[in-house]
Amino acid sequence: MLRSGVIAKKLGMTRLFMEDGRQVPVTVLQLDGCQVVAQRTPEKDGYCAVQLGAGTAKPKRVSKAMRGHFAVAKVPPKRKLAEFRVDPENLIPVGAEISADHYVEGQYVDVSGTSIGKGFQGAMKRHNFGGLRASHGVSISHRSHGSTGQCQDPGRVFKGKKMAGHMGAVRVTTQNLQVVRTDPERGLIMVKGAVPGAKGGWVTIKDAVKKPLPENVAKPAALKTNGAAAEAGEATEAAQPAEGGEA
Amino acid sequence: MDLIAQIEAEQIAQLGKTIPDFKPGDTVRVGYKVTEGNRTRVQNYQGVCIARKNGKGISGSFTVRKISFGEGVERVFPLYSTNIEYIEVVRRGRVRRSKLYYLRSRRGKSARIAEDSNYKPVSGEAEA
Repeated sequence: MLRSGVIAKKLGMTRLFMEDGRQVPVTVLQLDGCQVVAQRTPEKDGYCAVQLGAGTAKPKRVSKAMRGHFAVAKVPPKRKLAEFRVDPENLIPVGAEISADHYVEGQYVDVSGTSIGKGFQGAMKRHNFGGLRASHGVSISHRSHGSTGQCQDPGRVFKGKKMAGHMGAVRVTTQNLQVVRTDPERGLIMVKGAVPGAKGGWVTIKDAVKKPLPENVAKPAALKTNGAAAEAGEATEAAQPAEGGEA
Repeated sequence: MDLIAQIEAEQIAQLGKTIPDFKPGDTVRVGYKVTEGNRTRVQNYQGVCIARKNGKGISGSFTVRKISFGEGVERVFPLYSTNIEYIEVVRRGRVRRSKLYYLRSRRGKSARIAEDSNYKPVSGEAEA
């Protein structure tokens, strides 16, 4: 059952000391007003998804078209928007705010973000090439990539040859990170290990595609009960959002 | 205070550990929980603290060096580890460096540290 993900802000890393003596390195991710801004339905759009927004944008800095888009959903202007494919029964009503207990402790998630940009880097750093020897006649080119191909035949460098160039600042997904702790009051999700991107960057969290989903997760989503629009619509799934809100 | 610092401060409060005031050069005794099968006991480890790293925060740690059967042994303990039962200061040492790595290349008489006879505790709540 494809369930919506969330947009979160990476706050940074810390460590947790467990009762059994283990210490766990965690990345702290924060849900900052993660609300449903729009729904994509098969009838209208040909596919089924929810568009979520997170953060707060100054209305002055939001384009008129986007202001209209937010006004239709009756949500404050959001800094970051992202769509998540969901199954039709897991659609979330527009305006509902997702809470941090959307994920349960121990479950696995995939986190995507934009990695930290490294600029123009050589082949050693970018592709883990070995470089050339320190001595034995090598001059100046100790960190070069070496040969890039054959001779007159083919007479060219093959496409996709690993060479120096721009590194980082691309979308990276880290799979199978374990959720160690959640804090619905402050909207915090702590996942074990590192997450792509810099502090303050936006990441999207989804249920792990390579691990089974635990049974006790909230479906279609764990919502904040004070979300005014949460009650609107979704009559068929009314029982499930309510139990998600309590959890 | 940013949220990360707040989380760390909360965790320190929640762990409720009392860390004595000690610094490099002091001889400390650390009670470390050891699990053998399904039985746990506390193992003493006594030696000279030769380094403290990353301050008093949740990620702080300290290194204890001792000579065990003629062989130098160093262990790094996280300050707030739940495996640490207690930390005791056995002797106050007077040193002029924050990292006593020079002790590694010394043996016997030259590896001694003078006792700090007029040690004064840090005033107030500096040691959380």
